[in-house]
Amino acid sequence: MTPTAIDYQIMWHRLIAVVEEQATTLIRTAFSTSVREAGDLSAGLFDRQGRMMAQAVTGTPGHVNAMAESVTHFLREVGAQNIFESDVFITNDPWLGTGHLHDITVVSPTFRNGHHIGFFACTAHVVDIGGRGFGPDGNEVYEEGLLIPIMKFAERGRVSDDLIRMVRANVRAPDMVVGDMYSLAACNEAGDRRLQTMMGEFGIDDLDGLSDFVIETSRKATHDAIAKVPDGSFANTLQVDGYDAPVQMVVRLDVAGDRLKADFDGTSGMSRFGVNVPEVYTRAYACYGLKCAIAPDVPNNTGSLDPFEITAPEGCILAAKRPAPVSVRHVLGHLVPDVVLGALHKAMPETVPAEGASALWNIQISARPSDAQSDLPNAEVLMFNSGGTGARPGFDGLSATAFPSDVSTMSVEATEHVGPITVWRKDLREGSGGAGAMRGGLGQTIEIEPRAGYDIYFNAMFDRVENPARGRDGGADGAAGRVELTDGTKLRSKGRQLVKNGRRLKLSLPGGGGYGAPGARDRAQVSADLADGFITWAQAKKDYGYEG
Amino acid sequence: MTSSSIRVGVDIGGTFTDVALEHPGGLATCKVLTNYSQPEQAILDGIAQAAAQAGCDLAAIDQVIHGTTLVTNALIERRGAKLAFITTEGFRDVIEMRSENRFEQYDLNLTLPKPLVARRDRFTLNERMGPAGEVLLPLAEDDVAAMVERILAGGYEAVAIGLMHSYANDAHERQMAQALQAAAPQLSISISSVISPQMRELPRFNTVIANAYVQPQVADYLGRLVERLRQAGVRAPVFMLHSGGGLISVETAAEQPVRLLESGPAGGAIFAAHLARGHGLDKVLSFDMGGTTAKICLIEDGAPKTANTFEVARTYRFKKGSGMIISTPVVEMVEIGAGGGSIASIDSMGRIQVGPRSAASEPGPACYQRGGEAPTVTDANLLLGRLDPENFAGGAIPLSTEAARRAVAAELTVSTGLEVPDAAFGVTEMVDENMANAARVHTVENGRDIEHFTMIGFGGGAPLHACRLCEKLGIEELIIPPGAGVGSAIGFLKAPFSYEATRGLFQKLDQFDATAVNAALNEMEREARAFVDDGARGAATTTRLTAFMRYSGQGWEIPVSLPHKVFENSDQKLILAAFEDAYRTLFGRIIDGLKAEITNWSLVVATVLPDVVKIARHDSGTPADANREVSFFDAARRAMVAAREVERTAMTPGKIVDGPAVIVENETTTIVTSAYRAIGQGDGSLLLRRKGEAA
Repeated sequence: MTPTAIDYQIMWHRLIAVVEEQATTLIRTAFSTSVREAGDLSAGLFDRQGRMMAQAVTGTPGHVNAMAESVTHFLREVGAQNIFESDVFITNDPWLGTGHLHDITVVSPTFRNGHHIGFFACTAHVVDIGGRGFGPDGNEVYEEGLLIPIMKFAERGRVSDDLIRMVRANVRAPDMVVGDMYSLAACNEAGDRRLQTMMGEFGIDDLDGLSDFVIETSRKATHDAIAKVPDGSFANTLQVDGYDAPVQMVVRLDVAGDRLKADFDGTSGMSRFGVNVPEVYTRAYACYGLKCAIAPDVPNNTGSLDPFEITAPEGCILAAKRPAPVSVRHVLGHLVPDVVLGALHKAMPETVPAEGASALWNIQISARPSDAQSDLPNAEVLMFNSGGTGARPGFDGLSATAFPSDVSTMSVEATEHVGPITVWRKDLREGSGGAGAMRGGLGQTIEIEPRAGYDIYFNAMFDRVENPARGRDGGADGAAGRVELTDGTKLRSKGRQLVKNGRRLKLSLPGGGGYGAPGARDRAQVSADLADGFITWAQAKKDYGYEG
Repeated sequence: MTSSSIRVGVDIGGTFTDVALEHPGGLATCKVLTNYSQPEQAILDGIAQAAAQAGCDLAAIDQVIHGTTLVTNALIERRGAKLAFITTEGFRDVIEMRSENRFEQYDLNLTLPKPLVARRDRFTLNERMGPAGEVLLPLAEDDVAAMVERILAGGYEAVAIGLMHSYANDAHERQMAQALQAAAPQLSISISSVISPQMRELPRFNTVIANAYVQPQVADYLGRLVERLRQAGVRAPVFMLHSGGGLISVETAAEQPVRLLESGPAGGAIFAAHLARGHGLDKVLSFDMGGTTAKICLIEDGAPKTANTFEVARTYRFKKGSGMIISTPVVEMVEIGAGGGSIASIDSMGRIQVGPRSAASEPGPACYQRGGEAPTVTDANLLLGRLDPENFAGGAIPLSTEAARRAVAAELTVSTGLEVPDAAFGVTEMVDENMANAARVHTVENGRDIEHFTMIGFGGGAPLHACRLCEKLGIEELIIPPGAGVGSAIGFLKAPFSYEATRGLFQKLDQFDATAVNAALNEMEREARAFVDDGARGAATTTRLTAFMRYSGQGWEIPVSLPHKVFENSDQKLILAAFEDAYRTLFGRIIDGLKAEITNWSLVVATVLPDVVKIARHDSGTPADANREVSFFDAARRAMVAAREVERTAMTPGKIVDGPAVIVENETTTIVTSAYRAIGQGDGSLLLRRKGEAA
């Protein structure tokens, strides 16, 4: 049977369900908390040329482009002649996968009637990869853990014992990590089962026609959307904290007809610490930001991603060179949409939001007995927290909400069962949203104290402490972040630090920038914000000229 | 209840109030329009109609069982009490900060649902419990007195109290509630340690707030209902179906209305469960499709799958995360925006999309000719020959094929170059794909294989779509029961009295403290039994115990069924084995070397259901007489096929019709595709089976 246009539409629809099932299988079976709680994974189907046909919509956009590109690396390294039925390939190379060693990518070729027709690929963040552990303090990628080059996890169905033994010997939680490698392979199999059923139902033996349909339809829709962006060259610079020195992120967008290029030339050089970003991850977040504003409805595939031509000069902090440390590449990565959207604003006013807190304020806490001789056990606690997003042309920013990542927080009650800490406060940070006709989202305040008998160490990886989120079109900046003790002692915003028993750590997360002149804000809104305590009386008077 | 008793089930839905009256002579059913200003009036009218049909006296009715979406509607439409929320200092914004994520990744203009209680009405107390219920910061009497003053000065109708770790120690919540009650006896007060005593502040706070928000209104409505029934001569006690699929007294319902949120849909699942038991089916997928949404539920061993949390009042295309997470026991259902009224459109890539926007019943599909211009699923079904324009709803609503064609042509063919029949086929295929995909994901999430399930399809839309859905899902057998249009109301009559008590009690399994667990379980059983005794004192009961467990370090728990017994410390082995079994079933493997822990407990006390009448299965028989030959578009064959049209009343037990066939009745139409055969069953159900290779 020759598929009709309607058949192709239905199959495309089904492909999305196929990759969602692939992702669901991974979320269910993976151990890693950041996969289950934060959706830090991705799953997709590729044709035999390595072009991505469909990708599951999951929690973090950081994998969008990264995974789309990865399969072509596998094809090149493995070689078409070495691809056999029931093979499974693997890597966690930050430059060929998704940007740091903690993400393992698994690619499984799929066959029909003995012919190789395509690949399933998936990526997940594992709980440990050896080395120093998850943190920015390494100076080379070698310190950050085990790097698995592109290789076969299984050949013709036979799993490589050598690889498994090597991994087990190099990570802190071998059962979980190796278990997650199997989960990755299993989710590709789940996707394949569903794909084969579909191909049987529609009577097709290869994916070529469907792939062309999906990719070309998406490519056209994306180019059509880009064509609506006015032509021109639009530049933007964003200064952020970095690890130990400020980082300039510079982008220039060149729009001509239905083509769009973004280049990060002029961006600061690499850091000595693990905040560097491999280019593939920069592309993922730059593309995500642009796509939200220009073509949000087009599903992710090679056709919808290709039209965004994104480059960064090798050696800048957004295109780090081997063997740079890249463990916490998410901090600067999360700030990339702010810089590209700022440039796009010059082409498309009244579309994009003001800057936001953007980078997650993850906090990894190690609770240790104050008395080293005591019997109290050590404990590790991980919290995900978000500041405010930037105000939009027509809406206030979102308070304490993750953008551009889409990561959930955990319950404080549950967290207090995990480790010996008391979270005394986790509430909105009054007055932290940038003033504007539309107000920036509020950040939040968190206070954490070690419980009796314990001190805590925490790994700070916080940004926007020195450089607040900027307002747009006359909107004011959001409040900058603060890292301190409740007694007023200032702490550093990056790196490992100690909070002794009896002290309380206080994190004040940044607010989002405002949009439009504060004087233009609806008076009823100012008065409502005041009644709700989102702004203070002093702000109402000073920023909004509000007299009651 | 004895078989000679008369019981009536009443389901108030968005459009219709359905009544099912069970009497010694059989079952009488009717539908009346829902009366929004006086919902109880529609109930009285409906009961009077049904009683007249059955020829019984109102005074002879023994039980009235009621379920309603009114509570959900009050939440969605924000028609609740003027409400204050009292919480722990530092946690004033839990309900506003939610999970801190976005439910739609690519929408820059996303807005989050507003919390039910504005920040100005949320107040904090300087107090704090620790995770083990230890007092970290005591609550001072002066602070309590000052809070009472504030609440009184604010003129609130209701107050919700939710303090940190109150599931582990409720002393501060009770102290605050007692002071308020003493100062203002008329004030409606809900406390989280009673309404939802489970770990995790967001769902617990949401739940106590939702309860307080609707409590005055629901109590008032139920009071009026009981009073009006009495005046009308109905002397029977009134019971309510709760979201978990059991009955509670009207008094309990008035105090804990949050337990009623999903009562209507739960009735549908109970209806399907009852059929599953009668037909001896242990793995069933219930599929309930109406005008706007479709609901899917797993029923295993005759019981609907239940959960401890769910989301209500989704604000954004039924998207997970766009509503309010509530933690009370509930029949677990997946709801998708797919129904007869779902509107089809073309997206930016020229693809047909269906739903979740719906033309609902007003203005309705284009073919109704009541002002609807948009093409809907019903319009597409009409164009594909699956509905008879002359005989829709028993001829009550004449359908215009021409209007349907115009709508499809105008909206779906111009930019795509498709022909009208192709576009109509695309619409029904897409909506069927949406439902099939949701069903498949739900079974995958529960670690089940959908191919091994039997589908039970009811609601107005299911008979049209269920057979195609089975083709897509690889399901071999489908049951279309009679009375499908009032399934929920019938389900109410099949529900046990039950109450589920829950408790947060965190323990690492290797430090399992049997004394503490037994004390908590005793208290939970006392609580649950008291509620069940309200409705069914002296009836035989069963208990069901569930521990919610996980590996240390994991973020969420899985339900683990345990024997209800007096535990000893050495039982940690038994519990671990049960956990590992459950884990393996869900995820395919266990993780060696990790420790397990328990977070929450749940104990259900339920009355024992009477044995169902087993329905003899007919697999073969004689061909049913056909009315005439018609034709419809068979999706799997991609072609119009000639089909026999058979009256549903002709499908008596053992009567067979091979697909392609159309089985017609007043309420709906059942499509039997070419790949299936329909066989009449003893209870009036249709069994649709995939034909063997030979056929």
